[in-house]
Amino acid sequence: MRIAVDHRTHYRFSEPQARIVQMLRLTPTDTQDQTVVSWSIGVDCDARLRHGADGFGNAITMLYAEGPIAALDITVIGEVLTMEAAGVIRGSHEPLPPLLFLRTTPATTADAALAAFAAEAAAGEPLDRLHRLNAAFHARFPDVADVRDRGRGAAEAFGCTAPSSREAAQMFLAAARSLGVPARYVSGYRSDGSAHGAPHGWAEAHVAGLGWVGFDPATGLSPDESYVRVAIGLDAAGAAPTAGTRSGSGAEELDVDVIAEPLGREE
Amino acid sequence: MAASGAFDEIWGHGGPEAPRPEFAALSQWIADTPPAELQRRQQAAEQAFRQLGITFAVYGDSEAAERIIPFDIVPRIFLADEWARLSEGLVQRVQAINAFLEDIYGDRRILAEGVIPPELVLMNEQFRPEVAGVRPPHGVWAHICGIDLVRTGPDEFFVLEDNARTPSGVSYMLENREAMIRLCPELFRDFRVAPVDSYPDMLRQTMQSVAPGGNANPVCVVLTPGHFNSAYYEHSFLADSMGIELVEPADLVVDDDIVWVRTIAGRVRVDVIYRRIDDDFLDPLAFRPDSMLGVPGLIAAYRAGNVAILNAPGNGIADDKAIYSYMPEIVRFYSGGEAKLPNVETYRCREPDALKYTLDNLDKLVVKLVDGSGGYGMLVGPTATRAQITEFRAALEAEPHRYIAQPTLALSTVPTVTEKGLAPRHVDFRPFVLTGSDGVRVVPGGLTRVALREGSLVVNSSQGGGTKDSFVLLDQGAGAA
Repeated sequence: MRIAVDHRTHYRFSEPQARIVQMLRLTPTDTQDQTVVSWSIGVDCDARLRHGADGFGNAITMLYAEGPIAALDITVIGEVLTMEAAGVIRGSHEPLPPLLFLRTTPATTADAALAAFAAEAAAGEPLDRLHRLNAAFHARFPDVADVRDRGRGAAEAFGCTAPSSREAAQMFLAAARSLGVPARYVSGYRSDGSAHGAPHGWAEAHVAGLGWVGFDPATGLSPDESYVRVAIGLDAAGAAPTAGTRSGSGAEELDVDVIAEPLGREE
Repeated sequence: MAASGAFDEIWGHGGPEAPRPEFAALSQWIADTPPAELQRRQQAAEQAFRQLGITFAVYGDSEAAERIIPFDIVPRIFLADEWARLSEGLVQRVQAINAFLEDIYGDRRILAEGVIPPELVLMNEQFRPEVAGVRPPHGVWAHICGIDLVRTGPDEFFVLEDNARTPSGVSYMLENREAMIRLCPELFRDFRVAPVDSYPDMLRQTMQSVAPGGNANPVCVVLTPGHFNSAYYEHSFLADSMGIELVEPADLVVDDDIVWVRTIAGRVRVDVIYRRIDDDFLDPLAFRPDSMLGVPGLIAAYRAGNVAILNAPGNGIADDKAIYSYMPEIVRFYSGGEAKLPNVETYRCREPDALKYTLDNLDKLVVKLVDGSGGYGMLVGPTATRAQITEFRAALEAEPHRYIAQPTLALSTVPTVTEKGLAPRHVDFRPFVLTGSDGVRVVPGGLTRVALREGSLVVNSSQGGGTKDSFVLLDQGAGAA
């Protein structure tokens, strides 16, 4: 599937900022089933961009801008070619072993309720039980959206209704790790052709003999060819599309517009 | 009197009447100097430290927020050949620590070959995936190591702990020596003592040697969290004596993956940073998004190879308690030989034989939680009650992997000034080892800590510990001059 991505991030500052340094995880990398055809990151002010990678193998762009800066727009435009692989990740660059992804973080720690939910939902063979777990999350939280959230951790979000896709993914990570299954957060896009206020987030779990397999609790299914993987991490913060610091006082307003559109199927 | 059975480094096993012959001159000095005079000199030294501001903060003690560490005037002395053997062991250990860090953040051969259980590294908070795949300038990770040693006999040294992050205490080594030269000049006539005052030069050379791209005139800085830090004196002292800038995070900016320091004359590019700040507070973009401290972009500049950071971020995995017990295997794996400096014997209760031995000898061993600290979750067999031993037996049988066991050691003593005259007190030792692109250097000296309370084995400054000067002789000692 050919997918067009248009991801805009707008910062507005109540007072001009002297300096801005940001780390952007906004660039997908190639796998066997995902090929980046074209990709560009544009910034609307005089900024220096440096490209690199982080310890997880994510492509990183460092953004350095000198002020005064009253507003900052980051525009990502790109096209990606994907193939259906039943959620299995093939040919990805994996600098870290799966075992690392058994670690929990504050945002992905299961409390007793979440761990009990995981234990009850996940019976059976290693792959089956993860699918069951994923389906159980979808059944419990049928309305998961790509919206800006308050950044609730897994345990807190589990007690609420209507989590964001990011929160739902973190719940899946906490549950999978509580079962002893390495799991990681994925940030990226789902090409449904409509506009969202945040990128999509889902999970990948490691299954012996198969490797990393995607699970999207927002749908209860594994990601298909309509997904574009961009960055992974131990939790959502670790894979955040933008992380920034600014020198200057005042408040900040952030708006995100994401559209990923299917352009057609490659035969 | 001497702690039962402990080896006294000056008096040997014989007591004050029959000192080790190499130290006859010291015994003579002690005999010739009235106790009141020793006390007077000691007070003069402490007075000087107070004026310099070499204090430390005791957390949670608002009455005396800043104290000086008590100083003892009687030095501890190493003979030239003792030191030579010790140095070989230290060099080997620090080389292994560097090789381990290089491997663990790179190919992880040591895990692939099953030398260390992978989960002990990969699931350890101290293993920082943020710096995986980084190759620091010139391949050096642990530039400044402090290796904590204990001694039980003339040639029996054991490593108690490795410090590969930001070991402190070197300012005490230097200031103690300066005080000794001023207050006891006669000792430096009687003994040929290796100087330690070249330490700042050695450190500066080490810093310059790891500058990215082999820059011959690199800009080096010391990065401190600020004056509220308990080791601030040491930070400013080291910057001052190396003749380089002492900076705080707000003084540094990263632009275009290059680190700059703000000066009155404008921005100056920084090549080498000796940081005395924990990893968590180095760069909010890489480590702690909730932290306002640090230098945003520093890790990106480091990853791009544009700046050297001493010590490298991520080093905590090398001096972690869970890893410590594998140091003999780590040394063997990277050096191909046996460790010249042994660990304190450690039984990993995750291993069935070790567990059996531990359970059979609970009354003789110290049992510790692998991830415990501050003395919590610890059983001291020889002084434990029957109930405590029963309790630990159950805990060990339930979760053996969480425990290690060690024998109780008879730490060596050194004569120390006390209210009742000179008496033996237990000591430990932290030598400092520097690694640059030009090799490994052991500073001929170090920090001797002494437990001032009779019979106490606790040398921590927060719990009644003091310091002594540590002489390294250029020869084998001699009788009185």
